[in-house]
Amino acid sequence: MGFSQRYQLRAERRRGLFRAFRKQRELRCIVDRSAKIRPRDILLFSTLRNEQLRLPYFLEYYRDLGVNHFFFVDNGSDDGSGEYLTAQSDCSVWHTTASYKKSRFGVDWLNGLQGRYAHGHWTLVVDPDEFFIYPFCDTRPLNALTDWLDASSIRSFSAMLLDMYPKGPLVAQPYRPGQNPLDIASWFDSGNYTVQRNWKYGNLWIQGGPRTRVFFADRPHMAPALNKIPLVRWDRSYAYISSTHMLLPRGLNLVFDEWGGEKASGILLHTKFLNTFGEKAEEELARGQHYGGSREYKAYHAQMKADPELWCKWSEKYINWRQLEILGLMSKGNWA
Amino acid sequence: MSVGIVMLVHTALDRAEQVARHWSAAGCPIVIHCDRRVPRKVFDAFRASLGDIATIHFSKRHRCEWGTWGIVAATQDACEVMLSRYADARHVYLASGSCLPLRPVQELVDYLAARPQTDFIESATTADVPWTVGGLDEERFTLRFPFSWKKHRKAFDWYVAVQRRTRFRRAIPNGLVPHMGSQWWCLTRGTLSAILNDSMRPTFDRYFSKVWIPDESYFQSLARIYSGHIESRSLTLSKFDFQGKPHIFYDDHLQLLRRSDCFVARKIWPQASRLYRAFLTDAEAAMKRTEPNPGKIDRIFSKAVERRTRGRPGLYMQSRYPNEGWENGLTGAKYSVFQGFTELFEDFEGWLARTTGCRVHGHLFGPEDAQFAGGQEVINGALMASARLRDHNARDFLTNVIWNTRGERQCFQYGPRANQSVAWDMAKDSNAQIAVISGAWAVPLFQSQRNFIEIRREAARLQKIESEFINALRSPYSKGHFRIWSMADFVEAPMEPLQSAIEDISLHGRRLTEVPKMVDLTGFSQFLQDLKNQGMHPYLMGDFPALAEEAPVSVEQVRKPYPIHK
Repeated sequence: MGFSQRYQLRAERRRGLFRAFRKQRELRCIVDRSAKIRPRDILLFSTLRNEQLRLPYFLEYYRDLGVNHFFFVDNGSDDGSGEYLTAQSDCSVWHTTASYKKSRFGVDWLNGLQGRYAHGHWTLVVDPDEFFIYPFCDTRPLNALTDWLDASSIRSFSAMLLDMYPKGPLVAQPYRPGQNPLDIASWFDSGNYTVQRNWKYGNLWIQGGPRTRVFFADRPHMAPALNKIPLVRWDRSYAYISSTHMLLPRGLNLVFDEWGGEKASGILLHTKFLNTFGEKAEEELARGQHYGGSREYKAYHAQMKADPELWCKWSEKYINWRQLEILGLMSKGNWA
Repeated sequence: MSVGIVMLVHTALDRAEQVARHWSAAGCPIVIHCDRRVPRKVFDAFRASLGDIATIHFSKRHRCEWGTWGIVAATQDACEVMLSRYADARHVYLASGSCLPLRPVQELVDYLAARPQTDFIESATTADVPWTVGGLDEERFTLRFPFSWKKHRKAFDWYVAVQRRTRFRRAIPNGLVPHMGSQWWCLTRGTLSAILNDSMRPTFDRYFSKVWIPDESYFQSLARIYSGHIESRSLTLSKFDFQGKPHIFYDDHLQLLRRSDCFVARKIWPQASRLYRAFLTDAEAAMKRTEPNPGKIDRIFSKAVERRTRGRPGLYMQSRYPNEGWENGLTGAKYSVFQGFTELFEDFEGWLARTTGCRVHGHLFGPEDAQFAGGQEVINGALMASARLRDHNARDFLTNVIWNTRGERQCFQYGPRANQSVAWDMAKDSNAQIAVISGAWAVPLFQSQRNFIEIRREAARLQKIESEFINALRSPYSKGHFRIWSMADFVEAPMEPLQSAIEDISLHGRRLTEVPKMVDLTGFSQFLQDLKNQGMHPYLMGDFPALAEEAPVSVEQVRKPYPIHK
């Protein structure tokens, strides 16, 4: 990589950090419990809008995993999400009604909060419909993983987004608060992913899964990206660039082995496709606040009228992380 | 007689305390060295917490940075305290704060009592083992290392380079043969006091203080001088990964550790409460009195290292994306590609599936949608037949087909009309077995009722593409296993090539009992002549004899359960 390219990336990172700094003005702190954070705590950051239904299980899941403190940016919820989170003793909550799109889909807001509160901590950045899975997650807590990453001098950990869906029409099985969404959306695509390398940022660009198969079959290059790097030992000089798909400095994007080996990696189980999806898609389409002119939501909208079945004969039913490991969706690397 | 334990601790002091209590409950005297980097206050609290046990002592604190002399100095001091205070300590066992005794301590005491003269220390000459990481093996002993590898890597590397360039070599003290091995050992009183009280010790100390990672070589080398009987192995189970850092044990390793029969294991994750609970309560830890056997654990960890360094061939995913040439096999399993067979035979796919028992697909790479076996729209892994999805990334489509159907041999058809972006990938893939009947693409043109100008243009295009594919197969980069016949040769004697193509797939070497029916080629040679007359010379099909027209060798006629050799 030449000097000029290095300089450009550095400038881009600086710009990102500056945007994050500027966008902090849009956030109004509802409750800040960050004083409770101890030096080795694991922090979780999330932006949300009207996710009250999902929050009880979300918090339960990540508390069990070993997350110590939650940071939420509530982007104008009117379903009580903000109040619910404010009442939780391990959550700090910010509120904003500013544009999600203009904050680069929440990236600026979270970069700012991470810079302020997460320096030196392992941080997980996930949406309320994403559930983080890593090797041995059924027997080892999250800080076993972060301790191991520390010992191995690894700063970032990849977890591909795996779209989960139910069998049958989406509306057939209503989701109740507190319920494990994987009880309903328990199916996934195991082997139709494509991978390309993004040489500029050094990350991989992964596409595929049911969203490509059903909603983007006629224009696969527009299909949503599935590569994510949600777990990072944060430093205030780091900046996510595009959602959690990639970040700078670009060394953090090198979460894959280039010489034939496998690095350890996890999965984000993406439980977007529940009975609430149709309604949500309508609403998000009307707001027009999503990536690429909300093309994803336009595609959903066009198809949802036909109430498509995402399930197919070759869908796999989720069992555990070992299954995902064997299928080659994630890897233990040299963690044994 | 007893076993003295020397413990080096620097973190997780609560666990160290727990283990120290366990050792001392079994009657072992203990000397603890606590890293100087631990703050005074924390150290005092730790010391006070063990104040109720008279047989626990603390030695002078040194700064123990990884790879430096401090660890050896700390060990020396602690051992001196042990030897001077406990005259009945026959063996001294060096352990760390993250070591965990797996078997009752009494068993270790008995084991050592039965071998009073044996020193258990892993010790090998650098020339004979490939243990070292980072390329410094012999040079550890012949260069100087004043800079910290962890903190000042650049200075470290620079100084090594300078010494290499100036051919600097340190003199190794007389009589010393450098040996290396695990830093966790168990030495007899005799050997240890000989090492510590030797008149040469200042020389050795001065020398080793500039050696890199002396804790892996100081005692290992000197024991070779003084010991009467060395067993070159460590009683501490400690596995290292490819970067030279120890593997860590967690709660889910409990059964594995139980079955290892080792006396002590390291390193234990400080929060692995189940392990500490299980092994530090004597009643439960009732293991058989057998020789240590870490084989099962070895296998798991060496597999992990292999997964990290070699990976699973044919898998492309978020954390494995090899650079070109580093795939260890582009695809995950052997597969067969047939070019020109479906054009020449009727129902070739059905015949191939019946003959070989493999999964036989039609044309996977188009130009239409992929023709999966059985006309399926989707196959394993929810992989779609859609041409658009396939052509979005044809190489991944190929590797996905092979990865998703692991364990079942795949065959598919290919041809010059197909997406050629995978042509080179297959040519360079050692798993590909490619059989080509060159020029057979002309048969569908011959059968078609299209306008001859169009046919001529299409024939020229397909011939060019196929000849490029054949060039790829024959290039020096090609790793695939391939067979190419011209159509003329093939038609003349089809049995032998068919038999050999089948033998590539099924190793049983079965004789063909059924042969596919060749399409009617009456008039084909006239068709070729017409193309030639139009100025388009079809050469890939070879010399098609005009007489083939009169009497095409119809395989139908020779329906015999063995190949015909002419």
